[in-house]
Parts: sequence; structure tokens; C-alpha cells
Amino acid sequence: MLGGDGGVATQLAARLLVRMAELMGAERLVPIASAHVDGCLYHGPVSIDFAERLVAGGGSVRVETTLNVGAVDLLHPELNRGDPKRRTAGRELMRLYSALGCRPTWTCAPYQLPNRPSLGEQIAWAESNAIVFANSVLGARTERYGDFIDIAAALTGRAPYVGLHSDEGRLATVHFRLDRIPARLAASDVFFAALGHFIGRRTARNVPVIDGIEHATEDQLKALGAAAASSGSVAMFHMVGITPEASTLAAACGQRAPRQVIPVSLADLADAAEELTSAGNAPLGAVSVGTPHFSLAEFERLRTLLGGRRVSDRVAFYASTGRGVQEELRARGWLDDITAAGVTIVTDTCTYLAPIMAPIVGAVMTNSAKWAWYGPNNLGIQVIFGSLEECVESAVRGERWRDAELWRDAHR
Amino acid sequence: MTLTGEALTPGQARGMTLVLDEPISFWGGVDENTGRVTDTRHPQSGASVAGMILVLQCGRGSSSSSSVLAECLRNGVGPAAIVLAEPDPILALGALVAGELYGTEIPVVVVPSNAYAACSAARELTVEADLGSRRALVRIVN
Repeated sequence: MLGGDGGVATQLAARLLVRMAELMGAERLVPIASAHVDGCLYHGPVSIDFAERLVAGGGSVRVETTLNVGAVDLLHPELNRGDPKRRTAGRELMRLYSALGCRPTWTCAPYQLPNRPSLGEQIAWAESNAIVFANSVLGARTERYGDFIDIAAALTGRAPYVGLHSDEGRLATVHFRLDRIPARLAASDVFFAALGHFIGRRTARNVPVIDGIEHATEDQLKALGAAAASSGSVAMFHMVGITPEASTLAAACGQRAPRQVIPVSLADLADAAEELTSAGNAPLGAVSVGTPHFSLAEFERLRTLLGGRRVSDRVAFYASTGRGVQEELRARGWLDDITAAGVTIVTDTCTYLAPIMAPIVGAVMTNSAKWAWYGPNNLGIQVIFGSLEECVESAVRGERWRDAELWRDAHR
Repeated sequence: MTLTGEALTPGQARGMTLVLDEPISFWGGVDENTGRVTDTRHPQSGASVAGMILVLQCGRGSSSSSSVLAECLRNGVGPAAIVLAEPDPILALGALVAGELYGTEIPVVVVPSNAYAACSAARELTVEADLGSRRALVRIVN
């Protein structure tokens, strides 16, 4: 491939991949089963120049490759705002990546698609929340890939064999120990998001193991991983008794003592949740959920919480999701109910990185620690962080509503 | 004084230093049209990386920083060279891609901690990085 026998696009990809492998300290490359590519999100003219170079050079992916979100919602064009030139460029970039043979999935939650990677499979995924989910929950093996190198891996079907691709690199070195978390809180989405936020702040690039959680759904693990990958650089975590490479604490640590043990108290988690609210007493302007993309199970919970009620006219309510999940909603006959209740469904992109939301007076409420972390900087918007139940109740009432029971024991 | 280090990307540069007291994320932290540090929480907020020898411990955060560095270089407001204390594949990749697409090669080098301290105290540096030997030479001009 380096010699050019696979065409000039593959040659460029191979050149970048080999150089990156050297920089990452890898001694060899490993074949991958799939790739997930984030380079399809428009940052500027370089994004287009690079993709055009690959398309012109006859580039075609060698492995099953899914695409992360783009800069525009292709299915709901009426939602796209901002500079029309930038929108056109964003759409053009999405076309170019499709032309390289990638599947136009446009989701940051590729683990919600069929045929997801299996335990031990070598992959090259981009998008920090997808990376941490693939490593932690699926037990597939990927390092942190991103712009340029993600498509280089897809075009060559190879990744540098280093870090989280190897047995050794996946062992936990930091132990987070939870104790006496009230059952109601432990079953909530905010608990997992706040815990992820706390862990990200204290883990740097290490692999943490979390002990003391009885039960977790995939959506809760998604919330934890996305939070830890936003406030920190966590690309994999273990959860004892829950994630596939952590049958025991000792197994997660490779039978070695962790370098550091960090106790996590209820008060720590309450502080983490509080830190994610930047809005002070600002009034509620909108609600945004689905960062990472809302799953079918989350829509089911949303329907239950709405209970046939409508969102207040004063509040815009956005749910970002994959187009595949939107199809499922349609097939189940839920899509019309949800939109009739005042929920705007956003696909193919996300409200925290594309200009989708209408001008907002007041703060945005979300149950996503990732949205809460990036929202203020990306959009200049103040955030209220709360559970999905708090988001829905607030949206229906038209003003911030807090569940007084959720954090009750933390403030005693 | 001449210091040696490791070359992450090839190239040669001479310029005044901009020393960052904290790691930076180019994505969300540097404006690709002006080269200015826009992260209001950063100690060097408002300074411009354009044409400077950027001296920083390491990068931080999103892998999209590769793209933003490449955009800066395309727009002619990128740094002339980057001197790091720790290897940073994300920044190196941004420089490599800009080199591939636009021929704007800038050396990204890593130096040991004592050399890093000397670079941080310098006002003007030259940087030469050779990919064949992986060797980088950093000379303190003043």
C-alpha cells in the first residue's frame, strides 16, 4: 500500500497511518474488522481538501465503516441554521465520505446499530464516546482515533498495535470505590453521568475500574463513558461484575494492585452534578437530550415520562438521535406521538456542535454531562443539568423543576 | 546553546517564542482564521500563535485539534514550529496533513525536560527536524 499499488489515496492513508503508528510507539500494525469515522464533520476547508484528495485518488474503504455525525441534519433540512455557505460545505463533506464507501449512518452511537463489534475484536473507532463504549461495554479494541487517521485506518484496514489494542494496555490502574449510594439515585441517569464526570476529572489517560455498582443499562454506561471522555481523556473503563473484562476487581487490574484507590462519596457525586449546571437561576429556555444519540429505550422512557402530556409552548425540546432509531420510532408508530407532544427530533448531527436550536432566551436543560460540558463553550449557552425526568417535567411545566428526593441524602 | 530532541514531523523554522503555561486544545481554543488563543480560561488567552515557535508541554482534549491546527496552517496563521515536552500525535498529525495538502511543513519536536525549561526561557529559537534520523536540533538564538 505504501508503494502505491492500492492507488494514491490508499498510499496517502498508509503513509499517515505508519507515521502515526511510529508516533504512538507501535511496533506493528494490526488488521481491523471495522472503522467508525468522525472526519465527516466539517471544521473548515481542510476537511474538504483532504476528503477530495482521497476521493480523487480512488479511495475506497477496506472494512465495514460507519460514519459519525455531520454538520447538518439531512432528513430535517428545515432545522439547519447558521451560515448557508458553511451548511453547503458541511453537506458536501458528508457526500465525499459516503463516496469513499463509508455507510451513511450519521450517528455518534454506532453501537446502537446492528452488527456491532464483538468481544476482543480489533477495530479503529473515532468519537470519544463511541471509543469508550466499544472498549468498555463491547470489549472490542480501539485506541483514540480522530480526524484524518480514522479514515486512514478504514482505507488501509489497519491500526497501530498499541495501547488499548493490547491486553496490557486495557488493564485498570485506578480503582474508584463507591459506597452506600441510595438505590433511587443509583438507578437514575444523572448518577451515571455525574460519576463519569467525576472520574474523567481524576483519571487523566489511565484506565479506571469502578466497583460498587449492582446494575447498569447500556444507556447508563453510555452516559458514564461520554461524561468521562468529555471532562477527561478516558477511552476505557471497567465496571466490576458488569463490563465484559471485569468479572472481578482483580481480573480488571490483571491481578495487580491498582496504583491508586479513590473513594467516591455521595457528596462527591452531588458536587459533580452541581458543577455541570452553569445557569445559576436563569429561566428555562429549551431542553436538549440525546448527546450521545438517544436510543430506542430512551425514547420509550421519554414517552412514559411525557404520559400523553405536551411540552410547554415556552420551551423548545430537542432529541438528537440516529436516523436508524428514527426509522424504528416510525415503525412502532411512536414518531407522531413524540413530535405531537412538542419534541423536535434531530438526526444526522447534534445540537451541541451544529446550529440547530432556535434562538433561546434562558438556559438549556439536559441530562447529558457531555452537552453540559461543551454547551457553554461551543454555543455560549448556560446549562441546567438534571435527570431525564427533571428535563421532561420542566419542559411540560415551562419552568425548572427539581426532583427533591434524588439528591436528598447528599445534603444531610 | 544547541539542544537535541526527537522529530515528530520534519521541517525548519526560526522565530520568536510563544510559551504556553498550560496545555491547550486547538479545537475550541484557537481561532483558525486569526491564530489567536480564544480559550478564555487559558493563561495566554488573546495571544497569537501565528508565525511563532510555540512552546508547550503538550496538547489537550479533542482529536479535532488536528483539523484546527491544519486550518491555521492553511490560512497562514499557524505556528512556525512546535516544541513539546511530551509527544503529541494529535498536533503532529495536523502538521503532517497540512504538509501533505499544502506543502506547509512545520517541525513538531519533543525535547527532554531540562531542554524544555531552556526553551521556555528563550525569546528566539531555531528548530530543525529531520525525519530520517528522527533527530531534532533546537538552538537558542536569544
